[in-house]
Amino acid sequence: MIEEYIPVFIVLLIAVGFAGAVVFSSKLFGPQRPNSEKTSTYESGMKPVGTVRERISIKYYLVAMFFIIFDLEVIFIYPWAVEFKRLFGEHGISVFISMFIFLVVLELGYLYAYKKGGFKWD
Amino acid sequence: MFENTQQFLDMLPIIIIGAGILISTTIEMYSEKSEAVLPWFSVFIFSAAAFYSLVYADKQSIILQNMLSTGGITNIFYFIFNIGAAIVCLLSLDYTKKYGMNYGEYYILIQASVLGMMFMAGAKDLFMIFLGLEIMSVSFYVLAGVNRKKEKAIEGALKYFLLGAFATGFLVYGIALIYGSAQSTSIEVITAGFTSLTGNILFVAGVLLFLIGFSFKIAAFPFHMWVPDVYQGSPTTVSGLFSTAGKAAAFSAIIATLAALFNSSPDNIFSPYLSVLALFSMLFGSIVAIAQSNIKRMLAYSSISHAGYMLIGLAAGSFDGTAGVIFYLTVYTFMNLAAFGIVALIEGENETNLELDSYSGLGNRNPVLAALLSICMFSLAGIPPMAGFFGKYYVFIAAIKSDLIWLAIVGIFSSVISVYFYLRVVVLMYFKDSEFEKVPAKSFSGFLGVTISILLIIALGIFPGSLLDLITSYL
Repeated sequence: MIEEYIPVFIVLLIAVGFAGAVVFSSKLFGPQRPNSEKTSTYESGMKPVGTVRERISIKYYLVAMFFIIFDLEVIFIYPWAVEFKRLFGEHGISVFISMFIFLVVLELGYLYAYKKGGFKWD
Repeated sequence: MFENTQQFLDMLPIIIIGAGILISTTIEMYSEKSEAVLPWFSVFIFSAAAFYSLVYADKQSIILQNMLSTGGITNIFYFIFNIGAAIVCLLSLDYTKKYGMNYGEYYILIQASVLGMMFMAGAKDLFMIFLGLEIMSVSFYVLAGVNRKKEKAIEGALKYFLLGAFATGFLVYGIALIYGSAQSTSIEVITAGFTSLTGNILFVAGVLLFLIGFSFKIAAFPFHMWVPDVYQGSPTTVSGLFSTAGKAAAFSAIIATLAALFNSSPDNIFSPYLSVLALFSMLFGSIVAIAQSNIKRMLAYSSISHAGYMLIGLAAGSFDGTAGVIFYLTVYTFMNLAAFGIVALIEGENETNLELDSYSGLGNRNPVLAALLSICMFSLAGIPPMAGFFGKYYVFIAAIKSDLIWLAIVGIFSSVISVYFYLRVVVLMYFKDSEFEKVPAKSFSGFLGVTISILLIIALGIFPGSLLDLITSYL
């Protein structure tokens, strides 16, 4: 029983070992010229210390909304596309129509965001 | 997709609303005058769905892989939601202009919330209930803060969102425990094994958590803290929707899920919980409402006490009780919408005329509106010729039949207390001189909405049996 998992443990060891070795070797061999930007928690992100009520541009939320639309699309379309041949054989054209309706509903939201100026960034 | 045309026809009310949302969104995108078109379009689709579901209520079936039931009680609830939402749209038409928030999206969100409610009422699976609840709640959170320039509205919306999300947590945990003990989320499976499952402590805990989650949504006593602030901060018409259709949806989900509970079993183990909840909601709502000077807050506390009366029907745990609750919900929807509608008509710009004092002398200034509000208040207080009396009567009689006489006595006691604050409005309108100028209430659509509700209250007060027989025949 437990023997079957030995390859998994080997992969785990290699993964952890490689990642650790890379991090450690860059610390060992790489040039060290730290400055305040580089040593901050998120080097190219937001400041980790400061007011918690910072205002965030609405554009971030718009991007997140568009992402959700496409993300949902992909989540449902992939399994559908993989099984399409079998489902089409069993249920016929209705398989295609139901996905089409789903896409129309989803794209309507996308079109709404576009029409309301979601892509105007200035 | 649909196995046959009959399935399509069975779920036509849902399809009407769903297609309505898509069409409304398209109108909103492409039309410059969407604010003028969408209210009437919404009224049209809501009325169409309401009448279709009432006319074809006798075609009962379970569709979509045992996920959704149609016909019967479900369709009665569809009728309540849709007619309520249609009245809200009529009331909103001029009200939203008053606050400069006549966005087309307002109506789309109302449609979306009604779609969620319909999923809840028709649910045959716990996931369906959760899905419907979230569609409804998310639309409600946005609707609460739709007047985004007003600080109170934003505060109310945020409070509603945070506490609503918290309540959803209880609900999901309850569903998880129910699933763990019943090994199914199908309500039919749960109902079939209900008696043996109640021996399982996990199942009991799950159902209690489920009930707590919905106690937030129906605004029952220990979970009511969001109600006054949200009802006061939200637009008056939206508060009307929260307190009527939203509450009806939560009750419909409880009735759908725990149908086995209401199977006239005398040793109903959840009855004590529901009784205590009912007791405190009634008394707390009635007593605290007396101290309110803002009419929207007063109606919010009255809505808490009405949740208590309805819980009596559930605590009774019998068919009579369930029928009484559904009757009460129908009546309550119309009388509360009329009350909120009249408040919305009288409300001036920037939240003026919301204090109780601004109703003094309304009998002279606007006799028609004062008369309508009086009928409404009499009905809310439960004075016999109005429908509100029969709602309370059926619920109390069910409690007495189930040996919960003490609860019925407390209920009657609480409605006596509530008469004070309801009739105070009537006294102010007719027996106190006006200190304010004439209130302009020149909203045709709003007046129409109020009149329809009042006519339905009177009609149901005169012929209560017609609706009750319809409900009983489907239970």
